[in-house]
Amino acid sequence: MIKKDIGLLILILVVGTVVALINPLFLSPINLGNTANLVGLFGLFAIGQAFVIITGGIELSVGSIIALLGVLFVDLMVTHEMAWPVALLLMLVLGMLFGLIHGMLITRMNLQPFIVTLCGLLIYRGVARFYTADATAGFGFGVSFPTLEWLTTGRLYGVPHAFIAMLVVAAIMWVVLHRSVFGRYLYAVGKNEEAARYSGIPTKQVIVAAYVICGLLTAISAIFFAMYTRSISPSSHGNFYELYAIAAAVLGGFSLRGGEGSIVGVVLGAILLQVLQNLVNLLGIPSSLNFAVMGSVILIGVLADTQFAAYRKRRAAKRSVG
Amino acid sequence: MVDAFLQLTDITKTYPGVTALAHVSLAVAPGEVIGLVGENGAGKSTLMKILGGVVEPSSGQIHVDGVARAALTVPDAILAGIAFVHQELNLFDNLDAAANVFIGREPLYGGPLRLIDRKALYAQARPYFELLDVDFKPETMVSELSIGQRQLLEIIKALSLDARLIIMDEPTSSLTLSETERLLGIIADLKAKGVSVIFISHRLNELTECADRVIVLRDGNVVGHLDKAHVTHGEMIRLMIGRDLKSLYLPPASPPGANVLEIAEARTETYPHHPVSLQVRRGEILGLAGLIGAGRTELARTIFGIDRLLGGRILLDGAPVEIRTPREAIAQGIFLVPEDRKRSGLLLDMSIAENISLPDLLEYASHGMVQDGRVTANAEQQRQRLHIRAPHVGTETGSLSGGNQQKVVLAKWLSMKPRLLICDEPTRGIDVGAKTDIYRMLRDLADAGVAILMISSDMEEVIGVSDRIAVMHEGRISGFLERPEFNEHNVLQLAVGHRTH
Repeated sequence: MIKKDIGLLILILVVGTVVALINPLFLSPINLGNTANLVGLFGLFAIGQAFVIITGGIELSVGSIIALLGVLFVDLMVTHEMAWPVALLLMLVLGMLFGLIHGMLITRMNLQPFIVTLCGLLIYRGVARFYTADATAGFGFGVSFPTLEWLTTGRLYGVPHAFIAMLVVAAIMWVVLHRSVFGRYLYAVGKNEEAARYSGIPTKQVIVAAYVICGLLTAISAIFFAMYTRSISPSSHGNFYELYAIAAAVLGGFSLRGGEGSIVGVVLGAILLQVLQNLVNLLGIPSSLNFAVMGSVILIGVLADTQFAAYRKRRAAKRSVG
Repeated sequence: MVDAFLQLTDITKTYPGVTALAHVSLAVAPGEVIGLVGENGAGKSTLMKILGGVVEPSSGQIHVDGVARAALTVPDAILAGIAFVHQELNLFDNLDAAANVFIGREPLYGGPLRLIDRKALYAQARPYFELLDVDFKPETMVSELSIGQRQLLEIIKALSLDARLIIMDEPTSSLTLSETERLLGIIADLKAKGVSVIFISHRLNELTECADRVIVLRDGNVVGHLDKAHVTHGEMIRLMIGRDLKSLYLPPASPPGANVLEIAEARTETYPHHPVSLQVRRGEILGLAGLIGAGRTELARTIFGIDRLLGGRILLDGAPVEIRTPREAIAQGIFLVPEDRKRSGLLLDMSIAENISLPDLLEYASHGMVQDGRVTANAEQQRQRLHIRAPHVGTETGSLSGGNQQKVVLAKWLSMKPRLLICDEPTRGIDVGAKTDIYRMLRDLADAGVAILMISSDMEEVIGVSDRIAVMHEGRISGFLERPEFNEHNVLQLAVGHRTH
């Protein structure tokens, strides 16, 4: 697992160096700061997605939740003049509630995660658009929340708070996933749910908890996104974000079959995705090719990884024979 | 007698360390019904796999229509007209009956488009359905058929392949009485049409009814050949057993104590109409014998909280307990070493230490954080105690041998405090050395006051290790045996459904 992370880190450094050599702007404080900000925003919900993927599940409604919670958050504060800490707390609770509902439908009703969260994707997006009558939700002139803005979009020695928040969350989640009893249970459930159940692990609760964590982290990132964009068009805000999260996890060495992956991996995956986006901009590649570049790199990366793993396996087999 | 079209001569099959078949010869003539009996592991399935072309014999010859060869391939077997009706049926639930019969060789039209000619399909299928006079149509979906009807469909499929020999492996094990009667009638029809049948069954009265002759296998050898006049219960059982059992028995240190587990009229999901009652006492090893499919594993799963208990009560040390999940069972001190250790017993990608610590991980944690030092120390202790052969406890369990894997499964539970340990086929597929270690371990546990329920299909093991034996037959306990009554004959009598004498 650690080997995989190092491989990914090297890839990021190589790509970064190449980009910096071609266009020195890559290393400018402004560019690095912006990229770090985006890494923070996308990394937050990618870590959430990672927890779900470890159990062998998938969460497709991330983007729609970001849109729905975004419009609700802005609307509650601007139109209904709710105090921002209350609104914020409400959004976090709502995020966890969505996760809880998904988890319950999956474990108690035996529905497939793909289907449950696909329906979530459609439902939350529809509700978000209905709620604002398809209008853009935003902050009017003169409306400001200095503390909240400082918290979400401020910088510490030039480092965006979103990035710091992501690092803090990553550190906490690293402990949870790699050191706690719950983390061990997650891996066990993802690897072999039946054996986990035979060992007395409450497999259903563990899976539900993973979706709740994903909902919480998605809600946190929804607030950062809302404050970052300041205006939320409910039909496009957050589109495809779930796919960024899945891509980050896959790049980071997660298996969609479950039971594999690390927090360092998913964070590095999120970083690589943003570096690639940045590369498209800085190297003058038409931005319409953005997704194509990302898709190709992920494909090559995963292909190289599986081929390398197969090679190692063959070599190990040869060694044990000879 | 008509000449045999299929002749096996002196077939031997050895696997590393095991002889599955030794010098077996068998001739099949057209229109013959041959019964094949033997205990679990006597070599019946190996013999059938050789006939199906799945397994290559180590030595011997196979003659098909007078042509000799060393082995059959699967296409050879199909070409020779050998067809199977398996215990687990190979049918597609989501297709209709006719489509299943002609799967992979559908009549086509439309040239390169390769569209299925549905009209021709049903037209070709219909005669076979009429031939056997079955009570369902070619258009009926397989998902709507009963198990008995599905078996008939398999026979139709075999006939459509111009089968000359149909091998039926325990075809009646899940049939109702009337379905069984019907199947036996159809076997008689097939016989009249010149199709031969090899009929494998543990239900001896079916064999006395329909077989022209019976071949008895034991430990890979043909030990008896009974012609129609001599096919009797007593004779078949006499031939199936009669092995000298090496004494494996390790006597208990003290006589058994009070009941630890008491099952009163428990009904399981598999056999909801057959309530089961039994007791396991402190310090005893109760062997649970029976044929495969007798409902032993299902009983164990129910006690352990995986399957639902439909009725009756389970008492632990005299107090009724309600167990809905394995977690609750484990909290009560009921542990299960499952039948399929690779699927349910172990996480093969995880290390020995991680596997051993999994059921009571909280014991190795402080403030919810796993303390790897404690995990490793305990695993190391268990590794030495159980002689688990591995370089270190960080080794992935997937790379261990079967015996060592099983020891890891046991070690999981030994680190905790078992009250009742259920072992389902504890030594299946593991080597003799590890077996001895495991028997020793079970006895030590029993002597330490644990009640042990050992499910085993291995006669030697049941008789050699148990203090008392309960035998199950089709979901019911058919009898209990005390040590002086232990012998293969008594166990087998009960296993095939004879009530206590």
